[in-house]
Amino acid sequence: MSAAFLYALVGMGLFSLGVYALIVHAHLLRKILAINVMGSGIFLVLVALARRTGEAQPDAVPHAMVITGIVVAISATALALTLMLKLAAETGCAELPDEKRE
Amino acid sequence: MGAEVSDIPWGLVLILLPLMGGMACFLWPRVTTMLGLVTVFGVALSVAGLGWQILENGVYRHAVGGWGAPLGIDLYADGLSLLMLTATALVGLGVSVYSAAYFRREDATRFWPLWLFLLAGLNALFLSADIFNLYVTLELMGLAAVALAALTGGKDALGGAMRYLLAALLGSLAYLLGVALLYHGFGTVDITLLGQRVESGPVLWAALGLMGAGLLLKTAVFPLHFWLPPAHASAPAPVSALLSALVVKASFYILLRLWLSIFGPLVGEEGVDTLLGLLGATAVLWGSVQALRQTRLKLLIAYSTVAQIGYLFLAFPLAAAAGVTAWHAVIYLAFSHALAKAAMFLVAGNLLRFGGHDRIADLDRVVQRLPLTTGAFALAGVSIMGLPPSGGFIGKWLLLEMALAQGRWDLVVVMILGGLLAAGYIFKVLGRAFTQAEVTHKSRAVPACMEWAALLLAIGAVLLGFLAVPVLSVVGIGDPFGVSGVRP
Repeated sequence: MSAAFLYALVGMGLFSLGVYALIVHAHLLRKILAINVMGSGIFLVLVALARRTGEAQPDAVPHAMVITGIVVAISATALALTLMLKLAAETGCAELPDEKRE
Repeated sequence: MGAEVSDIPWGLVLILLPLMGGMACFLWPRVTTMLGLVTVFGVALSVAGLGWQILENGVYRHAVGGWGAPLGIDLYADGLSLLMLTATALVGLGVSVYSAAYFRREDATRFWPLWLFLLAGLNALFLSADIFNLYVTLELMGLAAVALAALTGGKDALGGAMRYLLAALLGSLAYLLGVALLYHGFGTVDITLLGQRVESGPVLWAALGLMGAGLLLKTAVFPLHFWLPPAHASAPAPVSALLSALVVKASFYILLRLWLSIFGPLVGEEGVDTLLGLLGATAVLWGSVQALRQTRLKLLIAYSTVAQIGYLFLAFPLAAAAGVTAWHAVIYLAFSHALAKAAMFLVAGNLLRFGGHDRIADLDRVVQRLPLTTGAFALAGVSIMGLPPSGGFIGKWLLLEMALAQGRWDLVVVMILGGLLAAGYIFKVLGRAFTQAEVTHKSRAVPACMEWAALLLAIGAVLLGFLAVPVLSVVGIGDPFGVSGVRP
């Protein structure tokens, strides 16, 4: 139990770090990485908590969720990277354009 | 014949048909517009089939592949799901007919597959019965929506789409962490089972915080609306219509479902509903004032969406005492806003095509030159302002009546101010449509089906005002509001 709990805590820590980095950094690549760190944190929580029953066999449902989550994360990252490249090609800088216009 | 129609698993068709249609669009790019139109009509027919099934047999349930929960995925549709599916199909039809004329060949080959994937995601979302499946469909829908928002390219659209993507991912990851906590705490992801098992405690509050924040961000409730105006205003008109009318409603639908079955009964009395109401009230005022200040039509409509979403949240503090009537008001507002806002963005697209710009000050007598389009804007405006006899009126009237009955004068004032401000920004546009601009521009012809699509959607929003009794009786199938409704 305690080992699984420790992993879950680390997962929560990674999630929080990711949120922090997503907000603080301006460069889009760092933002995309931050989102991936957040995702990994959640997957760690899910895998760790799969042992919650205390039996020899861990619960399989959270594992299935992690697999699905990884597929979603890959697609989302691919889309985000493509958008970033297009934006960088358009504006010459891989940061979000300023909100203020007109 | 009758038995055959009721045997078809329409729920599966609703998800598989647009998915296959989307892939077919990649395979045969030459006929992509026709493939898209056929698919969307097929989806609308399937919604009718599902509706018939639900009216005959009650709640629809389907265990995909015969596996069943917990490892398999169950599809589930009650009156509430059916209504959202109907709204999606109607808006989808209108926007599809419009898009057939709007996009040139090379844009069409990119628009149709993405729109059909978005449609598949939306349908799957409204048919999901477990919170993890809702996460997956939320992402399916979100990724397709972001790609659509970036369709035109250019700095504004790409920046808006990027901001939208980051906000959407942050929202859905927070939601996913909430799912993990709920599963850990109560051992199931099925919404109905969760509703029976949950009890108040740190796990429930943490999950509520994470899922609530994530979904509020995706629904663009003030102060989490920052991503919406740039994304919705810089996308092509049919895409803006889809995003404003349907995509925002989908995350609200999840929030409503979770609130009704899981969170509402446990934490409703502890101030969470007041907080949601406060956010809604601020959104109504802030969004309306911002809309009034805009000089560009599409930004005005986008800020109007921020305000109208606020109305949906005004029902939460009223629901504790008013019960099911509050949710009826919400459903009505969501449905009529979907039709009216889609019509408005299509109108904006027509004006953009016509004059080559969407500056409100230079509309230059469009009332004489595009009477159908201006009529569509006026009718949609009637519903947005909440004037009788429109769908928006029914929703706002129900809300106002409840607020008066409960002595919530603060909410009454917000609603009336919101209505007046809405009248302000709609007449600001209509007024300019009658006057002559100082500088005249060259104009381009607008295809008839683009004008008619906008007008028919706007007429639908008004007609909804006459259909209150049948619509509300359909929504009650399967008792989606039962848990909250029984509270005195």
